[in-house]
Amino acid sequence: MQALYAQLLVGLINGSFYALLSLGLAVIFGMLNIINFAHGALYMMGAFVAFFLLNGIDVPTMTSLLNGSWLTLFNGVSLPIVGTIKLPPLEMFHVGIGLSYWWALIIAPIIVGIFGMILERTMLQWLSGLDHLYGLLLTFGIALIVQGVFQNYFGSSGLPYAIPDELKGGTNLGFMFLPIYRGWVVIFSLVVCLGTWYLIERTRLGAYLRAATENPTLVRAFGINVPRMITLTYGLGVGLAALAGVLSAPINQVRPLMGADLIIVVFAVVVIGGMGSIMGSIITGFALGVIEGLTKYFYPEASNTVVFVLMVLVLLVKPSGLTGRAT
Amino acid sequence: MKPGIVTSLLLGAALSLAAGSFAVAQDKTIKIGVLTDNSGLYSDLGGAGSTLAAQMAVEDSGLAAKGWKIDVISADHQNKPDIATNIARQWIDVEKVDIFVDVLNSGVALAVNNLVKEKNSIMINTGAASSDLTNAQCSPNTIHWVYDTYMLANSTGQALVKSGGDTWFFLTADYAFGAALERDTTAVVVKSGGKVIGGVKHPLNTADFSSFLLQAQASKAKIIGMANAGGDTTNTIKQASEFGIVAGGQKLAGLLLFITDVHALGLKVAQGLNFTETFYWDLNDGTRAFSKRFSERMKNKAEPSMVQAGVYSGLMHYFKALEANGGNPHDGIKMVEKMKSMPTDDPLFGKGTVRADGRKIHPAYLFEVKKPEESKGPWDYYKLIGTTPGDQAFRPLSESACPLVKK
Repeated sequence: MQALYAQLLVGLINGSFYALLSLGLAVIFGMLNIINFAHGALYMMGAFVAFFLLNGIDVPTMTSLLNGSWLTLFNGVSLPIVGTIKLPPLEMFHVGIGLSYWWALIIAPIIVGIFGMILERTMLQWLSGLDHLYGLLLTFGIALIVQGVFQNYFGSSGLPYAIPDELKGGTNLGFMFLPIYRGWVVIFSLVVCLGTWYLIERTRLGAYLRAATENPTLVRAFGINVPRMITLTYGLGVGLAALAGVLSAPINQVRPLMGADLIIVVFAVVVIGGMGSIMGSIITGFALGVIEGLTKYFYPEASNTVVFVLMVLVLLVKPSGLTGRAT
Repeated sequence: MKPGIVTSLLLGAALSLAAGSFAVAQDKTIKIGVLTDNSGLYSDLGGAGSTLAAQMAVEDSGLAAKGWKIDVISADHQNKPDIATNIARQWIDVEKVDIFVDVLNSGVALAVNNLVKEKNSIMINTGAASSDLTNAQCSPNTIHWVYDTYMLANSTGQALVKSGGDTWFFLTADYAFGAALERDTTAVVVKSGGKVIGGVKHPLNTADFSSFLLQAQASKAKIIGMANAGGDTTNTIKQASEFGIVAGGQKLAGLLLFITDVHALGLKVAQGLNFTETFYWDLNDGTRAFSKRFSERMKNKAEPSMVQAGVYSGLMHYFKALEANGGNPHDGIKMVEKMKSMPTDDPLFGKGTVRADGRKIHPAYLFEVKKPEESKGPWDYYKLIGTTPGDQAFRPLSESACPLVKK
């Protein structure tokens, strides 16, 4: 029985990642009508930004950029007239900032959010009004490119990121040893999830947003800049993904494929909860974490399929998802 | 048709016939296929580094200067046996690949093993762990070069039981490799007087191990044996430290760890772990010289893993056998027999032999991961704490179920 409590709690911890990620997806789908397959890659970027903020990053020097050394990217490529390209290596210098985990929690979502907004401005906005399939393919492609670039530079085993000193250690709850960091993850993500729900469902800004998705022309007539609002919303959804990435960095390795492994499950969560439903995605996220945790206890071999079995069942019985409204 | 064309066609036919008849004695073309995980959780320990090792072997062999033409090609099998066998079939039938190297992931290796045997090709397996490759599933076309589950179990398992770790709980990756490693380790633990009190099988590529770790913790076993690899192992170790498992008096046994895993974990988390490898870049002058050249050409300046080192060492032996043969007969069984008949010697794994069952024999080293303050710099990670000589490290032929072993 004690073991069961422990598994329930562990499930809740995993559920908080599912909830944060599926919440971001639900926001983006609800407001932009885009199935954001780049979500996993953006989650991964959040973790990497946290790593860079702490450990610094190697960037090419200005002089080597100006004298053309950056063309070393193409070293080894044979061209018809020039011959095989061979240039001196890029001079790099190390930018160390040494910003802690706490800073990363704020800065990483902003940086990745800005990256997301650039994506939205330059690419995604042209897809509004088109079939979902286009958005899906575009974001999936973006995800593959981002993951490929990170894998090229950082390999697949990933980079270490330690738990911040303030959250090290754990407490014995009697039925299990609870690492303080895990407890923090549950509480923090619950607060963020509920905050986002409140922002969208209960504030004036949220009301504008929802109105803009229902009838953009009318909302524009009231003098509200709808495209800018859409961009900011995408930034918000992406920021949530990056935040989940920062939260997971001390638990999992910071790996280029960390998002790819997770995103499929998160999509199943969104489908089960009902595409676009904010509260639905939060509740299903936590609930599925718990169900998965229980499976890991009773029949571990099935733990990575149980979510999909549930998805199939839900789709058969209620195709719009548990909390979704049929359209 | 113009007469000129007819003449050239005839000439062409005659030339190719002539080339065909020469081929029997002195065909000097070799095609090497590096079949590995180029994008997934094992790509750091094999992947592009294995292809680089193969290219270095080609360069160092000096065969090009003697008129040999050697090609290296590489493909990503994505850790899926069906994809791997499709690539392998195409490589043999269309690309005319002579030899497969790396082929990590035991599930993939066992599938490719069958195909290589059926098509009379060659596999020097440097990446897969399952000891079945030289036992029940042994093949006259396969050499298992670097390590196997029997050896890992034997070296690490025995050492841990002897130092007091007599109760075990297994965290096992749920596929051929994990099953083999758990089976072989269980045998060693029981033989050395220990007891296995539980275990749990987890899916390959799991991100969160906390559920499994809680079960391991509740079992009160002294040793938690990790019968998994790559990203699964690093995640297990990282999260075990979070759940206070080592602090609570239980010990983690990394049954299969690679230097790339230790690098990814960082010494702070990995310190004190015991495990077995057959190659480490900082073992002696020979390994250091090779590794220096290797890491200079690697992205991120990574030192070679034992899998990558094995690709180099295995191919060097293959080239020696081909040179002794005077040409490439494109006959798998014949070349593997030739390789078995010659002693192996290279700076990476030292002197050794290839046994009748296809097992390459060399010493196994028990390492301990250094504390952060003991390490002199990046990649300075291991302390050597024990060596098992080659003749004792692997499964003795007397216990072998391989039909190639004459009893």
